[in-house]
Amino acid sequence: MESLTHCMRITFRILVVATLALVLPQSSQARVDFNRDIRPILSENCFQCHGPDEKARKGGSIKTGGLRLDSHTGATRDIGGYAAVVPGNPTQSELIYLITAEDEEDRMPPKEEGDRLDKNQIGLLWQWVEEGGHYDVHWAYQKPRQPDVPRIESVDLRINNPVDNFISEKLVSNDLTQSPEANPYALARRAALDLTGLPPTPKEVHAFVKDGRPKAFERYVQMLLDKPAYGEHWARMWLDLARYADSAGYADDPLREIWAYRDYVIRSFNQNKPFDQFTIEQIAGDLIKNPTTEQLVATAFHRNTKTNSEGGTNDEEFRNEAVVDRVNTTMAVWMATTIDCAQCHTHKYDPISQEEYFKMFAIFNNTVDEDRKDEMPLLPLYTQEQKAKKRSLDTQIADLRQSFAEKLSGEKDLRHAWEQRLISEDGWIPLVPDRLDIETDSKAEIMVDEDGLISVGDNAAPRDAYTILATIPEKFGSVTGLKLEVPAHEDIWVLNEIELRTVTEAERKDKDPNEEVEQKKIVPKHNLIRPSASFEQEWYVAKDLIDGNRYDRFTGWAVKGNLDRSNQAAFDLAEPIELGEGEKLQIKLFHNFPNRKLKQFKFQLSNLVKPMPAVPFTLLDPLTKKPEARSRQEEAKLLRFFADHYPKLAEEQTAIADLQNKLYAIEPKTTVPVMREVPKSQVRKTHIQHRGNYLDKRAEVTPGTPAIFPPIPKDSISDRLGLAKWLVSNDNPLTARVVVNRHWEALFGQGLVLTSEEFGSQGELPSHPELLDWLAVELMANDWDLKRLLTLMVTSATYRQSSKLIPKLLEKDPDNRWLARGPRFRISAETVRDQALAVSGLMNTAMYGPSVRPLQPEFGLKSAFGGVTDWEPSVGEDKYRRGIYTTWRRSNPYPSMVAFDAPNREFCTIRRDRTNTPLQALVTLNDPVYIEASQALGRRLEAIRGNLDEKLEYGFQLCLSRPPSEKEVEALAGLYEDTRSRYSKNYKSAMKMATIPIGDLPQGANAAQFAAWTVVGNALLNLDEMFLKR
Amino acid sequence: MNPALENIRNTTRRHFLKQTFSGLGGVALGSLVNPHAAGRLVDPMAAKQPHFPAKAKHVIYLHLTGSPPNLDLYDYKPELIKRDGQDCPEEFLKGKQFGFTTGTPKLLGARRKWGRYGKNGLWLSDAIPHLHEVADDLCMIHSLNTDQFNHAPGELFVLTGSSRPGRPSFGSWVTYGLGSPNEDLPGFIVLISSGSQPNGGKNSFGNGFLPPVYQGVQCRSSGDPVLYVTNPEGMDDVTRRRSLDAIQQINAIHAEEYGHPETLTRIAQYELAYRMQTSVPEVMDISREPKNMIEAYGAEPGASSFANNCLLARRLVEKGVRFVQLFDWGWDFHGTNKSTGIGQGLVDKCATVDKPIAMLIKDLKQRGLLEETLIICGGEFGRTPFREGRTAASKVLGRDHYPDCFTIWMAGGGVKGGYSYGATDELGFSVTENKVHVHDFQATLMHLLGFDHKRLTYRFQGRDYRLTDVHGKVVQDLIA
Repeated sequence: MESLTHCMRITFRILVVATLALVLPQSSQARVDFNRDIRPILSENCFQCHGPDEKARKGGSIKTGGLRLDSHTGATRDIGGYAAVVPGNPTQSELIYLITAEDEEDRMPPKEEGDRLDKNQIGLLWQWVEEGGHYDVHWAYQKPRQPDVPRIESVDLRINNPVDNFISEKLVSNDLTQSPEANPYALARRAALDLTGLPPTPKEVHAFVKDGRPKAFERYVQMLLDKPAYGEHWARMWLDLARYADSAGYADDPLREIWAYRDYVIRSFNQNKPFDQFTIEQIAGDLIKNPTTEQLVATAFHRNTKTNSEGGTNDEEFRNEAVVDRVNTTMAVWMATTIDCAQCHTHKYDPISQEEYFKMFAIFNNTVDEDRKDEMPLLPLYTQEQKAKKRSLDTQIADLRQSFAEKLSGEKDLRHAWEQRLISEDGWIPLVPDRLDIETDSKAEIMVDEDGLISVGDNAAPRDAYTILATIPEKFGSVTGLKLEVPAHEDIWVLNEIELRTVTEAERKDKDPNEEVEQKKIVPKHNLIRPSASFEQEWYVAKDLIDGNRYDRFTGWAVKGNLDRSNQAAFDLAEPIELGEGEKLQIKLFHNFPNRKLKQFKFQLSNLVKPMPAVPFTLLDPLTKKPEARSRQEEAKLLRFFADHYPKLAEEQTAIADLQNKLYAIEPKTTVPVMREVPKSQVRKTHIQHRGNYLDKRAEVTPGTPAIFPPIPKDSISDRLGLAKWLVSNDNPLTARVVVNRHWEALFGQGLVLTSEEFGSQGELPSHPELLDWLAVELMANDWDLKRLLTLMVTSATYRQSSKLIPKLLEKDPDNRWLARGPRFRISAETVRDQALAVSGLMNTAMYGPSVRPLQPEFGLKSAFGGVTDWEPSVGEDKYRRGIYTTWRRSNPYPSMVAFDAPNREFCTIRRDRTNTPLQALVTLNDPVYIEASQALGRRLEAIRGNLDEKLEYGFQLCLSRPPSEKEVEALAGLYEDTRSRYSKNYKSAMKMATIPIGDLPQGANAAQFAAWTVVGNALLNLDEMFLKR
Repeated sequence: MNPALENIRNTTRRHFLKQTFSGLGGVALGSLVNPHAAGRLVDPMAAKQPHFPAKAKHVIYLHLTGSPPNLDLYDYKPELIKRDGQDCPEEFLKGKQFGFTTGTPKLLGARRKWGRYGKNGLWLSDAIPHLHEVADDLCMIHSLNTDQFNHAPGELFVLTGSSRPGRPSFGSWVTYGLGSPNEDLPGFIVLISSGSQPNGGKNSFGNGFLPPVYQGVQCRSSGDPVLYVTNPEGMDDVTRRRSLDAIQQINAIHAEEYGHPETLTRIAQYELAYRMQTSVPEVMDISREPKNMIEAYGAEPGASSFANNCLLARRLVEKGVRFVQLFDWGWDFHGTNKSTGIGQGLVDKCATVDKPIAMLIKDLKQRGLLEETLIICGGEFGRTPFREGRTAASKVLGRDHYPDCFTIWMAGGGVKGGYSYGATDELGFSVTENKVHVHDFQATLMHLLGFDHKRLTYRFQGRDYRLTDVHGKVVQDLIA
């Protein structure tokens, strides 16, 4: 029955569609091009329900996988007696029926999902099916091939390099023509702003304009590329992509020290580091064999993810969040592929499945960092001087130890006897406290067994102190050492501090319920010294148990990696303890890691004059061997350990400890969070997370990349290093195109692909696909040389055109897609600032180092759960540094730059907006930073020798890099005269205008005159032309 | 007075634009809308029509940062009061995560007097006595629920539809959709009291991927209300005008020579900035209000307070500002100290907002503005019906974060007054009637402003985004 109805429906369809064919406009075009004509229609209107996402797919019989339109196989297969596309036969094709059906029930796309297709679209689809319904791989997923450079016959067109051939070809076909070359002044300013982010000095402009030799512009460009300012300018774009900021983000948004990464980016641009190397260092610098410090710093690229320290948040949740961000950012920055959707479900438009998303996730899922407030792991960076000092201390320590070892090397028997005592834990006896003498602040359940093993029940108080009281066994004598033993345990634990006291009965009652309040009567601690431990997790060492920080989460002892063994930490007492009448020993253990508290532990006491240290696991093996069975290395190791702990060498050991303390005391110049792979034993498994929920784990996946792209190069494995090489492999269809497009966008205001963030099927098609491919191949063939790429673009006749906009051009190509004129658009937020500092002469050109704080208005607010967001401005010259060095607080980015569309850098920013708002006008008119610049500029002009007009002319040259017209000079001269005469009647206002905030007037200066110069300086800084490159 | 100058002053922004355009040979505005164009040129704040006619034309959103305890203010639970101090039944804790509570906490009943107010007898506690007087205007939703139980994600979820930073806020969507009728003031203004930024930072009033003109402009209570709106020291209005004339004169030369529309926009924006220099300080100066009005709000000129911000909100809406967002810090009633306890702490905190909110409603009503102004008041989630874990042994009582049910109320703007919607179980653990998810709530707000929440979208990275993500159903019952 069903099939009968179906047959009837099909017959009916054929009729409808056949009639329709008569009324449709017959396309006059040549053959349709799938990627140009068809994919955009299907992607926009159909893929959401008939695309790669199996779960969302609708239509057709489920058994056959539903109606699928994103692949040839899918579209042409039999889905229950019919097919979406029957090549060559539109009337038989379900697709054509559905988009034309008169029956509301059948008509696609459904009313509630979107607009109906128009006649033209239907016509194209019809023609496409008629012509065979061919599919092509999406253009961006095909490897770019070097196209032939088109020949340009016209002699009227200026052709400097192949860029112009490609551009000219399209100009001709669009009936447009090149604009004349821009005048040299405009060109000088344009290139300087584009390449260095600063206007050229009048001297530089002059030299270029007067350079009559051939290739003058090429030399000028080279001069700009060689400036250190080049790296500072281009780093800005990269830092947007890297979501670099000086704070950790989320609610409390604490400051984060990571500026060494910013400096790495600036240096890399200035060194013209090949982009493939730049890529590998940032994605996987730590996995390169014998990485340099610079390569390790580079990995901070992916440590710019946010860290959440809000109370009550789950570190694992936000570690996942950071990994997700790393996957998304990597795909966005290198491959302009929005992959985010695939976190929750298979991509609806592009062929990337959820499983493939988590394969990428798996690649990033195994770094040590875990959303910790201290941003571990950190790489300390030292100055040259410090490095030398460290080396010298290291040598001294090694020498000292060597000499003790030598001293003792003869006394083998003595040592072997000591080793026996070490292994038998000589002198240590267990402490067995009474259950009632133990309590925790959290009031957890407690048990003690006969060996003194203490067990503490579950409790979730975020911080917790355990208090254990005990008496010393009779005839034990003085206590000289304390040892904590933690049996093998599944769960990770972190202990933050251990304290030992002697307390009287009276003091015991004087409880200490809230550790934030000190005990009423302060009972002094016994000093614990000389820590030793069976094992210490990186950054979590036994020494930190006695550093006086009870609740600093990040100073403590932990043993991740050796949790499956019983661990020990032992301490000597600085002074032996003897208990008096009614006194007890009180041991306190402090925790500040929720869910990572000790659950089982016991103590031992020693009465040896020099207690035996805890034995490191690394020595257990050699220790248990007979001396003659040990290797030389093992013997040497044991000898060193003996020398470190043998009681008769106490003095020498102190000498070493002193040197070691000196070594620890060397504070690094800065630290930078870096990427580091976890040891093999701790590798995390990656699962598909159902709907992107990190708690809802489904099938396990292995690391890998999406199948639509060529695989990871053969000589690599699927780790970050393999991924990095994959990104910059010559087989990768996207990276080179994306890089080219981004640079093109920076110079011309828009990319050859408008959607520089999206090259997938939802993105725009390139306006000049051959040019894009030609440049991409050039880039790869020339070792990813970015300065060369920029030179190609900047020296093209296309770039050098005048940006003048005649009405015909505005009408025919308002957006300048075909580039019949030069680029002209607003400069970036940083450049607005830098330019004002540069032309006023205030700029401090110092490079690198900690971020600085220029003047900013106070809001009198705190960040949620965090510190004040206002700042003390940097003192002295630091407030005049370039914008790239301004402290970037995510919760409160520098307001004057935000007004000019600087992002907050919460996430990767591919493209900034370029708005034009009244709030911007208020910044450059009234912000004290710009008033100071106006004052400095005014004073600079006043000091020029010559009459008013000459001074003003110089002002135009400084600011706009060109001589002014008479009218322009007149306008400012009028302003100067009017303002001066007004100010001369009001000394007080004149003084304010001339000196706040810059400071005192030069000796004997006339306040009204300087006030007027400030107003003129302010006007110059606010000219429309200042905000643009022409 | 210079007649040319006078002429510029009297020229409105749009008129100004139009004149300059016709001077340029009548370029059609429509051809320049492409957002990628080098010189885009449409006034993004021009007032626009929504999808269908609606009553609400303005929004005042009172966000009480930290989340007020619904069970002590709005949602009366006699059974919970009766079982105060008993162990919390296991069934309510299973499989749930809380910020600061584990184990078995104790139930905590409200320690307040309750009464029924207004014609329809809405239940309200005695912590908010002034609200009793406007009960007939309140539209209570007791059945809200969210996906988030930490502050920052919770607040972002309520205000941007996503728990992660980076999406446009509600205010940005509304200004994007409706523009703003006042040409001399920003369309979306943010006022913050009690000393801290909202949990989501600037993201809570950010534009996300919408153009930055739609971001909330944060006005300060001291110093320049809008950044840099005041002339520098030593520059008076005449000098500013004179200097602008010189700037514009040169810009005009430039516009003629290069023919770029963006230059014209800049000329217009400088004029708007100039007008804002007068209009913003004027509207932000509450001392211009009659004394009794200031008192009725409990405001104090020169201070920084929620009361001042309520009065400002009324002044701004009166001037045509589209969206006023208030944030008030200090509603996180954990009971970790006296001021965050649900006893005196809550009463004291309520006293700083109760009177100004009630007055805001009355004042708008009196001016005939309540009908077209939607007031919303609430936090980012609810609070537990039990004592939170950390302070279980303390004398101060407090509640933990709770996502499953909470109360937000609305007034004016086309909602039913004196109306209570949705219900929770007798202990306040779960919604038993008319569940309203945050996305449903947002869909309803959009509807009240005349938008189909599914159709107010913005294309970003190849996808059409909207406030309600891919969810949301309009709650028709709330609409008058």
